[in-house]
Amino acid sequence: MIVYILCFVLFLVGLYGVITRRNLVKIVISLSIMEFSIFIFLALIGYIDGGIAPIITGQDINPTYVDPLPQAMVLTAIVIGLATTAMLMAIAIRLYRKYGTFDIREIKNLKG
Amino acid sequence: MEVTLSILLGFMIIGAIFALHAKDLLSAVIAAGIVGYSLVICFLLLKAPDLAIVQVVVETITLIIMVAVVLDSTREELKVKIDTQQIFNISLAFIFMLALIFFFVQATDMLNPFGQHSLRMASAYVGETAAKTGSANLVTGVLFDFRGYDTLGEATILFTAAIGVLTILRIKGKK
Amino acid sequence: MSLIVKKVAQLITGFIFLYGIYIIVHGHLTPGGGFAGGAIVAGAYILQTLAFGRDTLLLKKKETNTSLSESISILIALMLAGAGFFIGTKVFFNNYLPTGKIGDLVSAGTIPLYNIFIGIEVAAALLTIFLALLIYKEEIEE
Repeated sequence: MIVYILCFVLFLVGLYGVITRRNLVKIVISLSIMEFSIFIFLALIGYIDGGIAPIITGQDINPTYVDPLPQAMVLTAIVIGLATTAMLMAIAIRLYRKYGTFDIREIKNLKG
Repeated sequence: MEVTLSILLGFMIIGAIFALHAKDLLSAVIAAGIVGYSLVICFLLLKAPDLAIVQVVVETITLIIMVAVVLDSTREELKVKIDTQQIFNISLAFIFMLALIFFFVQATDMLNPFGQHSLRMASAYVGETAAKTGSANLVTGVLFDFRGYDTLGEATILFTAAIGVLTILRIKGKK
Repeated sequence: MSLIVKKVAQLITGFIFLYGIYIIVHGHLTPGGGFAGGAIVAGAYILQTLAFGRDTLLLKKKETNTSLSESISILIALMLAGAGFFIGTKVFFNNYLPTGKIGDLVSAGTIPLYNIFIGIEVAAALLTIFLALLIYKEEIEE
């Protein structure tokens, strides 16, 4: 049970960063930390004690495989995470070029 | 097993906290890399080699992109003074955390202890994937056959992200 | 970059590229698949570009090519999925080719084909994002 709680703490750290940080780069980092905690949580749910990786080799007799479904879902989520991070970074660098700062509050005041 | 994972997760939490409080943006990005690469070892321990391979490559490319952006703009962290807005934000964050902790405690009653079977669909997927698709790697079998829509949507999102980055970063129009 | 970086990049890039192709083609037998292999292939190109490429015109030409191959490969993957409507039972994403024996290189019906095209798509998309950032940086400096 302790692993689930630590996983949840990691998610909370990311949430705290998203709400309280003012630097755009740090907000992106916090978002990716939240993503990581979700990945590890899904992988933990799929784990079975004494299980082996879900690949059929034909050498094991009566094998127990870990659950392949959460792994397949996390596999797509990782690549989507890369796509969103790259897009957010592109937006951040464009905003920096326009306003000269990463501070979201200053960018909000400068609008118009 | 559980002890090793707990130590790795604690390491990840320390890395995440350091990434949020670093004075230099470059060290913040590299501290985020600590979290990502520890995740690779966690995946290997959890018997998910597919995820480990994808995560180690993706983390490297993410780090390259982030370091390129940080080096191109500025490395200095903002000097933040504590004012009323900041106090309001922090208290808001703690209220959200309390609400989430409440729901987490509710949800953990449904969760089996670590290492036990949690999902009912697993036996169907494990038993029938090999026979129905002929794929020795069950994850690939699930990904491209039973859950083909997921994969197609993922490819579409990647395509859209590439188009979006091209549109955002273009300065001179194409003739 | 310095001479050492250029030489090492020259020596290593080919092996990384081959490893990526191996991961893509054996995706239904060993760990890996289209996503992992595509990211590795993109990593090989990124290493090459970081070590050598500074010519904006060449980068722009490369970017046009990657954007085009990305679009074409996702279109082919969609058409492979749509072909399930016309062959066998009329289901989208139907596995209509014979599945063969488990463990052979040519087996598992359409899964290796999807692996290959998704691999090309992922590699081209990641490379497009990277090249767009690089070209932006070059244009700012002008």
